[in-house]
Amino acid sequence: MLNFFQLIIIYAGIYALMAIGQNCITGNTGMLSLCHAGFYCIGSYVTAIICKTMGLPFWFSLPVAAVAAGLVGFLIGVPTLRLKGDYLCIATLGLGEIIRNIATNVNPVGINSVPRAALFGYQFSSRNKLTFILLIWFFVMIAYVLFRQLAHSRIGRAMIAVREDEVAAQSNGINVTKYKIGAFTLGAAIGGVAGCFATAYTLTVSPGSYTFMVSVMVLCMVVLGGMGNLKGVILGAFIIEFISYFPQLVGLSSVIPAQASQVLYGLVLVIMMICRPQGILGRDRYRYGSQVKKGARKAAGAKEA
Amino acid sequence: MASILDIDSISVRYGAIEALHKVSMKVSEGDIIALIGANGAGKSTLLKAIVNQVPLAEGSISFGGEVTGTSEKHRKSVPTHLLSKRGIALVPEGRHVFADMTVEENLDMGAFLVDDARLIARKKEEMFDFFPILGARKAQKTRSLSGGEQQMMAIARALMSSPRLLLLDEPGLGLAPLVVQDIFNKIAMINEQDKVTVFLVEQNARMALKASSSAYCLENGNIVLSGPSDELLVNDRVRAAYLGE
Repeated sequence: MLNFFQLIIIYAGIYALMAIGQNCITGNTGMLSLCHAGFYCIGSYVTAIICKTMGLPFWFSLPVAAVAAGLVGFLIGVPTLRLKGDYLCIATLGLGEIIRNIATNVNPVGINSVPRAALFGYQFSSRNKLTFILLIWFFVMIAYVLFRQLAHSRIGRAMIAVREDEVAAQSNGINVTKYKIGAFTLGAAIGGVAGCFATAYTLTVSPGSYTFMVSVMVLCMVVLGGMGNLKGVILGAFIIEFISYFPQLVGLSSVIPAQASQVLYGLVLVIMMICRPQGILGRDRYRYGSQVKKGARKAAGAKEA
Repeated sequence: MASILDIDSISVRYGAIEALHKVSMKVSEGDIIALIGANGAGKSTLLKAIVNQVPLAEGSISFGGEVTGTSEKHRKSVPTHLLSKRGIALVPEGRHVFADMTVEENLDMGAFLVDDARLIARKKEEMFDFFPILGARKAQKTRSLSGGEQQMMAIARALMSSPRLLLLDEPGLGLAPLVVQDIFNKIAMINEQDKVTVFLVEQNARMALKASSSAYCLENGNIVLSGPSDELLVNDRVRAAYLGE
């Protein structure tokens, strides 16, 4: 039982990374994208190829996975981000499926027995889940801090302006295209990082695990926790992971079919939309204005001194 | 006086439909210019052309002596977001406020390209003095403001970048006559005190002609009349078509 909880915490960590990326795209910048499974897939495959085929260490594959997923995000973003709302959603949905289909056609079996990640001679194995929890959540914390700083910076302010109103953003001197593509690239890169850790944990990659449902789950986490709220999306990742393992957790996996969790996601989303459409924690307070004031006070103080 | 905005026989086409046909205008520095016309006459298209949100099929636009918009293939128009840096500020139709931000944060957004924090703080104080209602509501979410207050906020936000030319698209849209009057008074004050040139697009022809020094009248993508506003106010054609007399 404890083992099982640890498994949920590990997967919640991997999905929390993806949700942080999705939040950057959907929560902050307001683009409805549904291809995080694709970025996750790229990160996983890059790690598997680098660690197994090329025989290089895991820590080398981590930045490469992020860069590769980010690059694909950038290349997808340039033509598709002219689209808005549901059109963008459909285009990205298709692109996510294309990535998965390429992976299936190149190698339908996937890659097995990837070497383990090691740190100072210590090997992270799925048998010792506690150390893996520490590893993954350490990186979730890093991502949380980085993206929080981003959201409260000038860049984050511009991203929020793009979400709120593109016409107004543009007429105030914000390059809408630049910030959209930037947010999409960053969100994709962190999705690649999530894929990298997934491979490090399961030590296998197979095209079957990057389906459209993964993208939907990630989007659910963001909507459930609160769009634009990083604490919220991490909480959302926990809840959705918990729901998806619920049948196994209560020992009824033989009675409840695996698809039941999809019914549960749907139910949770419907209830949320009725009772609390802004998500469990709601939107994060945006605090740039107070920082400007602080800066101004500092500047004034410096002048007096 | 020297013209700050020079529109040189521009045409804009949406597919086969010509929205503007060889439109030429000169806006003198320090003036208030009104552009009047019925729905679908091409008023908003003209504003979009000035801020390069639609490509020009013919002609060119220059601002402050420099070409900002062109139809020539080998020359590029200045992208919309950079025009703000050059001194053109647009108050879009329908206000387009950042509804989830407070009034003060909206004003911060208006100064997005301004690096000097002290200048931003000073500008904000000026705006709160000029629009006292915004000062009183500065910590409120813009969503909770009335239509007139939102319009004032949109104007204040545009002024945060200290523009030389203020483009206003239907500032009186959907507002009560008293509020419209108030906003037009403010526009006149902005023009007089800050020496900001104002380009006003308005369906409310009487209001626009009273507020401006000269005016252009747009019909089906053509400039059909132009001249000093007080002359247009008594022009038979304008009176019949736009003033309902």
